[in-house]
Amino acid sequence: MANKETMTLNMGPQHPSTHGVLRLIVELDGEVIQKITPDIGYLHRGVEKLAEHRTYHQIIPLTDRLDYLAPMHNNLGYVLAVEKLLGIEAPERARTIRVIMAELTRLMSHLLWLACHALDIGAMTVFIYCFREREDIMSVYEKISGARMTTNFFRVGGLSQDVYDGFETDVRRIVAEFPGHFETYEGLLTRNTIWLQRTVGNGVISAQEAIDFGMTGPVLRGSGVDLDLRRDDPYSGYENYSFKVPVGTECDTFDRYKVRLVEMRESLNIIAQALDSLRPGPVLADAPQVCYPPKEAVYNTIEGLIHHFKIASEGFPVPAGEVYQGVENPKGELGYYIVSDGTAKPYRLRIRPPSFINLQAIEKMCKGAMIADLIAVIGSLDIVLGEIDR
Amino acid sequence: MAEDNHTVIMLRARFADSIISAKKFRGEVTVTVRKEDIVAICGFLKDNLRYNLLTDVTAVDYPGNSSRFMMVYHLYSIAEKARLRLKAPIAETDSAIDSLVPLWKGADWLEREVFDLFGIGFNNHPDLRRILMPDDWPGHPLRKDYPLQGPDREPYKGRLS
Repeated sequence: MANKETMTLNMGPQHPSTHGVLRLIVELDGEVIQKITPDIGYLHRGVEKLAEHRTYHQIIPLTDRLDYLAPMHNNLGYVLAVEKLLGIEAPERARTIRVIMAELTRLMSHLLWLACHALDIGAMTVFIYCFREREDIMSVYEKISGARMTTNFFRVGGLSQDVYDGFETDVRRIVAEFPGHFETYEGLLTRNTIWLQRTVGNGVISAQEAIDFGMTGPVLRGSGVDLDLRRDDPYSGYENYSFKVPVGTECDTFDRYKVRLVEMRESLNIIAQALDSLRPGPVLADAPQVCYPPKEAVYNTIEGLIHHFKIASEGFPVPAGEVYQGVENPKGELGYYIVSDGTAKPYRLRIRPPSFINLQAIEKMCKGAMIADLIAVIGSLDIVLGEIDR
Repeated sequence: MAEDNHTVIMLRARFADSIISAKKFRGEVTVTVRKEDIVAICGFLKDNLRYNLLTDVTAVDYPGNSSRFMMVYHLYSIAEKARLRLKAPIAETDSAIDSLVPLWKGADWLEREVFDLFGIGFNNHPDLRRILMPDDWPGHPLRKDYPLQGPDREPYKGRLS
């Protein structure tokens, strides 16, 4: 005599393992998941609407706050889209520094993912270690931009300023020290019985299904699809670096874990190559109608002051047209679609959020699994609600 | 010119009457099609031209145009490493278009977001509800006639530019 009654469990919006304000309405038969209805929008700030009322430079700080664990990547995608629309390109040095910062950001985001994912499954030591290492990258962030998370460092046409003295030494130290840290994490997790029991065969999504859901990033690569925009649609000089793109075979949480760990090592590899090719030079394009003048000119000449004032108060007009720029964010493909009507403010700015699209598959990945497996799957999807709700 | 693009040639050969225009700007190909044929065209692109990843679905509001809304789809071909932008105009009086969920499951939430923020309907959508705004929210925030401050608040008088 089976009792067919199911139980509805309300998980979130305030729940430590939902990584933000995600609410999942889970229908359970005993401990087995029958149905998941995600409820999102608690953090909706209307970023796309706000952007229509701001000049192109004023939008950069808004992008920091999308995926707040990878702010430099959000800046990068946006400034590349505007540069494409304007038909300008950042100078060589700015492009290289952008790549270094973007890869440090990927490390930072993946470290936070590993920390929280491990903590969710009960491996507290890894959490503490990852946050310790993340702090090293944060301090580079702080020195380079003055902020630990909302960096607002890139500008249309280049960077807000050149890097500080000692930047290369700091980054080289990270490149030298981090492989040892990764070995520590792997020593704690990769052959750990509890870790394997929680992750192997959990949250399986086949390559075909992952493509069908429009998934991108490590989640798609964990399912064996070889797609990485840094290699397939290169931007900001990524075509000059050689790196491996890891793909999984088993399509489960454990493979997504392995893919991200290899990605962290490859990020270090790219940073090392970029540091070797870093040469002195300007960090802002020679495009006075778009770029701010140097601070010395603003403080010492009337022309510089007027120039600065005009760009700060009126912005700069952008040719009418539409562009789409996708970048390989740590979470997946982050895309900016800008429609310009020829004025100093975008007519429409659309942000393609990778976490939003990846999260859709959660019911597919968890149906028939236990409620505890749901926690592991949320961790391995690596979502950020700031970006999902925008 | 967009006319030498392989995809545009194939689409013109197969759907000559549906293509309104084909453009190339900054290296990106945009094909504008009639909204009635959007599912047939996307199915053709997916099955015959290997555009297997639906990257994005969104819309743009042009109040005053004869067709007020423009649906915008971004497709990507993993095999060919090619992008394509499809657009379909929608009139305000009949603001609905066929859903792409039968072709790509990922279209589900993307179309719900367009429904929520623009008020465009999707025929054959399995679960068309608001997604970001509360269920009882009046209006559609990304429409151009929706005030930035919200419907029931005084417009901001301070500096906002």
